[in-house]
Amino acid sequence: MDLLEYQGKQLFAKHGVPVPDGRHATTVDDAVAVANEIGYPCVVKAQVAIGGRGKAGGIKVAKDEAEARAHSEAILGMDIRGFTVHDLWIEQASEIAAEHYASIILDRSAKKLLAIVTRMGGMDVEAVAESDPDALIKRHIEPEQGLTLEFARELAVDAGIDDDVTDQVAEMLLKLAEVVREEDATLIEINPLIVTSDRRIVALDSKATIDNNSLFRHPELAELSDKSAEDPQEAMAKEKGLTYVKLGGNIGILGNGAGLCMSTLDVVAQAGGKPANFLDAGGGSKAEAIVDALEVITSDPNVTALLFNIFGGITRCDEIAKGIIEASTQIGITMPLVVRLDGTNSEEGLALLADAGLENLHQEKTMLGAAERVVELA
Amino acid sequence: MSIIIDTETKLVVSGLTGREGTFHGLRNRDYGTDLVAGVTPGKGGQDVDGVPVFDTIKEAVDERGANTSMVFVPARFAAAAIDEAIDAGVDTVIAITEGIPVLDMMRVYWKARENGVTLVGPNCPGVLSPGKANVGIIPAQFFDQGSIGVVSKSGTLTYQIGNELKHAGMGNSSIVGIGGDPIVGSDFIDILKLYEADEETEMIVMVGEIGGDAEERAADFIAESVSKPVVAYIAGFTAPPGKQMGHAGAIISGSSGTAEAKKEALEAKGVRVGKSPTETAQLAVEAMQQAAA
Repeated sequence: MDLLEYQGKQLFAKHGVPVPDGRHATTVDDAVAVANEIGYPCVVKAQVAIGGRGKAGGIKVAKDEAEARAHSEAILGMDIRGFTVHDLWIEQASEIAAEHYASIILDRSAKKLLAIVTRMGGMDVEAVAESDPDALIKRHIEPEQGLTLEFARELAVDAGIDDDVTDQVAEMLLKLAEVVREEDATLIEINPLIVTSDRRIVALDSKATIDNNSLFRHPELAELSDKSAEDPQEAMAKEKGLTYVKLGGNIGILGNGAGLCMSTLDVVAQAGGKPANFLDAGGGSKAEAIVDALEVITSDPNVTALLFNIFGGITRCDEIAKGIIEASTQIGITMPLVVRLDGTNSEEGLALLADAGLENLHQEKTMLGAAERVVELA
Repeated sequence: MSIIIDTETKLVVSGLTGREGTFHGLRNRDYGTDLVAGVTPGKGGQDVDGVPVFDTIKEAVDERGANTSMVFVPARFAAAAIDEAIDAGVDTVIAITEGIPVLDMMRVYWKARENGVTLVGPNCPGVLSPGKANVGIIPAQFFDQGSIGVVSKSGTLTYQIGNELKHAGMGNSSIVGIGGDPIVGSDFIDILKLYEADEETEMIVMVGEIGGDAEERAADFIAESVSKPVVAYIAGFTAPPGKQMGHAGAIISGSSGTAEAKKEALEAKGVRVGKSPTETAQLAVEAMQQAAA
């Protein structure tokens, strides 16, 4: 789960990472009120889960109340690369002497956390890696020791951070490591990490990814995630506890198991079709889960045909068949429905489907045959 | 021969008394796996269909000679169960549980390494050595005994491919589901090493998916250290960047981790990559026939 900038900054503040004084607002009036509280100049920042906000006009400095109002009006509701702005973050403007960069990420190949510091902040860190790889200091944190002050100081010194602020940067890195450890973050990035004109270190932006698997022990973070699902189908699937990803095509897909489901998308695309979604019905699905899944898939108005690709291991094909029949009568599905059932109890499942006599249902024996058929019918 | 589990396996199941634990634990026993004990704290002294239940894994090791642990407990307790199994001195831990926090996995990964314990999973279907033992949730009926080693990030995709191999008259030395989480106890390379050393295994089918760079690293390893033929399949060509596709690790971030990049890396090292599970099974059959000729 990716946090918005303000959510990340609130998390940073909780662990003592210095951030500018700021407030969250969702209406123009609120934004103006908090701007008055913070004082001027302040910065009005669009809160969307995508980069390039500044270039899109989503970050503006306000020097008085009239400007705070004008900027808030312009930014709220603005579309930034497909994301509508519903939230604003108003914060004190900072006087910037230097822009650096710091991050801690989970390196899944090395199975260790990786700390990165560079004095060249404010730009894309990948660009730094390309243009000036020596300026990028990357070091793995040994899982047993964790991040020590000595290690942090060395990082700051080797990255060429000015002497008078290396201690501040080192201490901040320790606090970032604490955020990672205590909040189950798999990525924390500060870009830019600024040195103010009065020589203080401040996190001017924040990027944070929280491990979804850890949300059971972070109820306050789990609540934030509910807001992020904007797509109606994705929100609906979340409510029903299904793993659904919208893909924008017209062929609704249901598979069991993440791998088989991804593979189904691929063979449909190879057959010339455009998948509408990824939906993993999961292992051991019962009939009700299939009804729920079909409800989600068919609520997408773009969907013109459906493909069920099931290889039953733990999942029993007769349960899937029951679900299909139940859903057809409950939701009234009339669009073509191509079904491929194989594996555990597939014969029973296929017999149930044949007996139900659904006119829009087409059975196929193989995964490839089913993909070709649904593309024809869509 | 086979890898990780065989007729010498003495299995203890953490969470045997739970609904899923009982179902799959007894299924494994029915297959012929030597299920020697279950562990559920507070339920020591009970039994599950004649299998003794202990409070701790240590007791199961001391009293029943357990050497392999299967973890079937809920996510929030699973890392502790893996810890306990390592401390109790088993050789192998197979973690089926889905949803273990990744930083917990990072910790137990290193602990398993330091103690020389083979850790498979989490969030995986387990390991099946046809005709010998089954530990996990792999439906054994789709696989025959034979000489193709399978290693896969995905369960159902493996059943699909295994079943096609079976129809083609081919069987497997072992099937290992390594799981699709960002950090897993055994990666492709760890399992490839075992298959390379296993006498019964004549060729290897590797099933990958988007996310991370385990397939790319495996490609390098195959070129350097695997003499047996390898055929691969990669799922997720149509996956959009930034979206998690079911498995916690199946997400493309930045420029790496795409299915295309993985396919290219493997093909560059001479590994044939099937376009679909069906074609992959066909390529495996061809490779076996070539090896026999």
